[in-house]
Amino acid sequence: MTTTTLAVTDPRRERLAALGRRAVIRLAGGVLVLWAVATLTFFALRLMPGDPVLAILGGPSGNPTPEAIEAARVEYGLDKPLAVQYVFYLGRLLQGDLGVSYSQHLPVTRVLAEQGGATLELTIAALLLAWVLVLLLTVVTAGRGRLVGGIASLAETLSAALPHFWLGVVLLAVFAFGLRWFPPAGSDSFASLILPALSLAIPLAGFIAQVTRESLELTLDQPFILTARTRGLSDLAVRFRHALRHALLPGVSLSGWAIGALISGAVVCEVIFSRKGVGRQLYQAVQAQDLPLVIGISLVVAAGYVLANILVDLLYQWIDPRQQEAAA
Amino acid sequence: MSDKTLTVEGLNVAFDDGSVVRDLSFTLPPGRCVALVGESGSGKSVSARCLVGLAGARAKVSARRLSFAGHDLLDLSERQWRAVRGKDIGFVLQDALVSLDPLRPVGKEILEVLQTHGYGDRHTRTARVHELLERVGVPDVELRARQRPGQLSGGLRQRALIASALALDPALVIADEPTTALDATVQAQILEVFQQIKARGASLLIISHDLAVVAQLADEVVVLRHGEVVEQGPMQQVLRQPRHPYTRALLAAVPAEHPRGSRLSPERVGVRIEPRARSHGDVLFEGRGLGKRYLGPDGLVRQVVQGVDFTLRAGRTLGIVGESGSGKTTVARIALGLLQPDEGEVLYRGQPWNRPANVVSEAVRRPLRGEISVIYQDPLGSFDPRWSVAQILDDALQVAGIEAPARPARIAVLLDQVRLPAALAQRRPLQLSGGQRQRVAIARAIASEPKVIICDEPVSALDVSVQAQVLDLLADLQDELGLAYLFISHDLGVIRHVSDDVLVMRHGQVVEQAPVEQLFDNPAHAYTRRLLGAVPRLPGSGAELVVPPLDLVHEAFDLFDETRLWKIAI
Amino acid sequence: MTDLTHDQALAPLRRQRHLKLPPLGASLAILFLFALLLAALAPGLFTRIDPLAIVPRQAFQPPGWAHWLGTDQSGRDIFARIIHGARQSLLIGLAATAISMVIAIALGLLGGLGGARVDRAVGWLLEVLFAFPSLVLALLFVAVFGSGVGPLIVATGLGGAPGYARMVRGQVLAVRNAGYIEAARALGHPTARIVLRQLLPNAMRPLVVTLTMGVGQAIVWASALSFLGLGARPPAPEWGTMLSMGRDFIANAWWLTFFPGLFIVLTTLATTVTGRYIQQRLEGRLP
Repeated sequence: MTTTTLAVTDPRRERLAALGRRAVIRLAGGVLVLWAVATLTFFALRLMPGDPVLAILGGPSGNPTPEAIEAARVEYGLDKPLAVQYVFYLGRLLQGDLGVSYSQHLPVTRVLAEQGGATLELTIAALLLAWVLVLLLTVVTAGRGRLVGGIASLAETLSAALPHFWLGVVLLAVFAFGLRWFPPAGSDSFASLILPALSLAIPLAGFIAQVTRESLELTLDQPFILTARTRGLSDLAVRFRHALRHALLPGVSLSGWAIGALISGAVVCEVIFSRKGVGRQLYQAVQAQDLPLVIGISLVVAAGYVLANILVDLLYQWIDPRQQEAAA
Repeated sequence: MSDKTLTVEGLNVAFDDGSVVRDLSFTLPPGRCVALVGESGSGKSVSARCLVGLAGARAKVSARRLSFAGHDLLDLSERQWRAVRGKDIGFVLQDALVSLDPLRPVGKEILEVLQTHGYGDRHTRTARVHELLERVGVPDVELRARQRPGQLSGGLRQRALIASALALDPALVIADEPTTALDATVQAQILEVFQQIKARGASLLIISHDLAVVAQLADEVVVLRHGEVVEQGPMQQVLRQPRHPYTRALLAAVPAEHPRGSRLSPERVGVRIEPRARSHGDVLFEGRGLGKRYLGPDGLVRQVVQGVDFTLRAGRTLGIVGESGSGKTTVARIALGLLQPDEGEVLYRGQPWNRPANVVSEAVRRPLRGEISVIYQDPLGSFDPRWSVAQILDDALQVAGIEAPARPARIAVLLDQVRLPAALAQRRPLQLSGGQRQRVAIARAIASEPKVIICDEPVSALDVSVQAQVLDLLADLQDELGLAYLFISHDLGVIRHVSDDVLVMRHGQVVEQAPVEQLFDNPAHAYTRRLLGAVPRLPGSGAELVVPPLDLVHEAFDLFDETRLWKIAI
Repeated sequence: MTDLTHDQALAPLRRQRHLKLPPLGASLAILFLFALLLAALAPGLFTRIDPLAIVPRQAFQPPGWAHWLGTDQSGRDIFARIIHGARQSLLIGLAATAISMVIAIALGLLGGLGGARVDRAVGWLLEVLFAFPSLVLALLFVAVFGSGVGPLIVATGLGGAPGYARMVRGQVLAVRNAGYIEAARALGHPTARIVLRQLLPNAMRPLVVTLTMGVGQAIVWASALSFLGLGARPPAPEWGTMLSMGRDFIANAWWLTFFPGLFIVLTTLATTVTGRYIQQRLEGRLP
């Protein structure tokens, strides 16, 4: 009996196609999620005790005239039924109109545009810094015996337990006020980025390092690592060329959540270090009971977070396409 | 010109908790093959790893002499070892799915050897990769080289793994269980690849637990037990006229050589219960026209099982044999009533037991479930991880309707029936050996006094001698309790030993069905003949290994994982 | 070569051990948590000083004999405030984790046990909840419902719920496909029995670990919110509030911020280490 052949497609093209398909599905899902988020915030606004018009017009401190109230009521369609208000609301959102912050008397989108960059900068810097720390700490020290592993593990647990707000205050006291190596406030220079980024990166690095170390040690016990050694590869080559890719996977899937944690942390850090950023804006908006600004910032942050999660998911798929195989 | 002989004299390996290999000595001249044979814990794998300096940092290795091609292998530095590994000595591990990096294309894995040892330039290396893959029999090399191990079938990826070991034409190739986890037909093909390696002049060191596999390749056999050499000599002599009782027991335990009714293990411990009169011949289980489809996410419909009929009579054993992708395990689950067929029906004692579209509900089946039991390949996974042996059996007795006061006594009886000491009752399955766990699973299965036991590859994961004991136990219980068995296995030797009637399955269909002796002596279907020819036999059995050609259709079925179908609705 | 001797060679007998104490780290952690609980229930055992008593003359005392951890800007003893703050922190941590767990278990069970459609719906709901970073969700909540300890607890609880829910759902799905569930079904157990007696206990087992570590996490989150002034208001002796109050004086009186923060760190460490020890016990790695 002669060999029967089956058509086999080019694996590289297959992989890209699968990735593309997944991206489309996730984006569609993301849009659905954002729609739900917008709906939730709409109802949050309506749920609030008190008259929403007053909130929009200036809160308890503002003192709008009855004419202003009437005008706002008509403009925001608050005299119309709930369903119509909802449609107006969605319509405004789609046009990019997030309302006006009355504590700053500016459109919310303007506030976001001015402040968003600094937060993005801080978040990305912190994430990169965290990963650098993780790689430095884990790849070289994993699987090298009890003492080294124990010390590294202790360092990781300790870092992960540090609350970032406390770490920020301590770093500020020691390095900015005490040693005067870095400026205590500001968002312009690179130097002003370091301390806030560190106070976010260190706890995150501790957390991710724990997971990555465990994963790395598990991976180094796998048979294919032994096979790599039998080919004559050095230990470092084995770690970097083979084990790393596998060990990174749990850390990558955590990175999605990590971005959310970093954004949360950015709120506090921007306050401590007096940095520009949407985090600090959000905080101040909550204190000032400036609802349009609070909701606007939350929506945009949520959108960014959803997008970041989709990117992380695609990155995971790129590194480990095996789930595609399981489906084949 | 150094003579490429491997000389091992007085090899000792010890770990912190004791000595693992003691005084192992053998010589391997070029172009010949030595096999290290033993069960788990015999030290054979550790010895092999010592020959490439990978026994582990905690291993204390010493020897009177350890040399290859004139180089002294004792006390080599790590850098010196790296020059030897891959270049002078190639190593092949078992199961390429985990022995090759799952995230890298297999071509890259082979390339890595060439890069590490500085072979040629980019173009010559790629050409060499393709050449190697062709040499080991992989079709469409350019395409296959870019696939990852998970995208290749078992046979093709094992070939790729071998290719990576052969990349620099090492004079010595060490293979640690290279054909375990492979189908019989694929195994035969891989053995042929190794024959070719040997024919090209390399020396071969094979590590295996399978004496029949070893018989196909080895010139000399070394039998290890608990780290000590028990017997050693030319293959024909060791396997045909063994001197040591352990070797004899190992040979006696191979099921393929022993017809139905004979014992595999040397002794039996425990009290023997008087055999009951067998109710012979009533049809218990009947499957008619069973079919099961699977709709994949890529839109393709796969017929996992098609048009399968089977008949199981009381007190008899029906063996279902097939390779991976044959659908035999799915048939077992349909028979158990855990999976509904898309077509056909299963009748138990004449009554409908399992039909498509939930026509027969679980409520109808449940009262009868006590009469049908099951034992699995991996007993540990089938036990609740929190429970001790006593709790597992207690739970089974509870479902069987035994009252609480009577249960402890029944547990003691069950343990006795499966020849386990009562002291084990308080242990957890994690603390038991593989053979003991399977006995507990058997005890649980007979707790409800069933009429049928469905055995899904129950001995595939066990050592040969333990396998022998479990098979004997199952045979004894069949006599004592009048049980009928539906026995699923990929191992033809086991099937031959246990079955009264055999069903051969391939790609979801029944290819042949016959009483056991008729099937094995006079197979009717071409596939059955091919399958039987591909099973390695011990010397003296008179059967020659017939290597079937590469079958890519089969390889495609191999890739599909049946377990994806089973989402048990609770 | 009997079965027994052969098998014995493969599975060495575990020697009977006497009751073994946990390793040093875990023992210390458990001791600390126990002391914390005691401080929360009976602060009088640890200090006699009134945490709210203002003694202007004693302001900004560094750590010393009279005041072990120093005093703050109003002369209040910091150690006393930390001890009394333990009750606040533990209360918030436990209550918030409880809320998270209730939501998580409800959603997780629904998703894991229900059919494919229910699971997809639950998954989608979790994604929506997950779309907000936890602090942002908490801030949104506070903005709508106001600040204070009550909203703080609910906000922290809501923030943690989606993460736990995913975990529960994953566990339930994993156990549902496990071999012993299938074996139980093959034995003839009725569905309700399988779910109650085997599926749920096995799925929930690892959550004990998550719960333990989660309390520590919840305390940190609540402190962060208090630090921002959105939780317990000064002069309440809540650790986050204390940290915030001391921030202005950090140059001269470092102990105002250092010690509350230190206690937060120690609590988090203790819960993490205890959680890991429980995990190792459950997995059978330790006797």
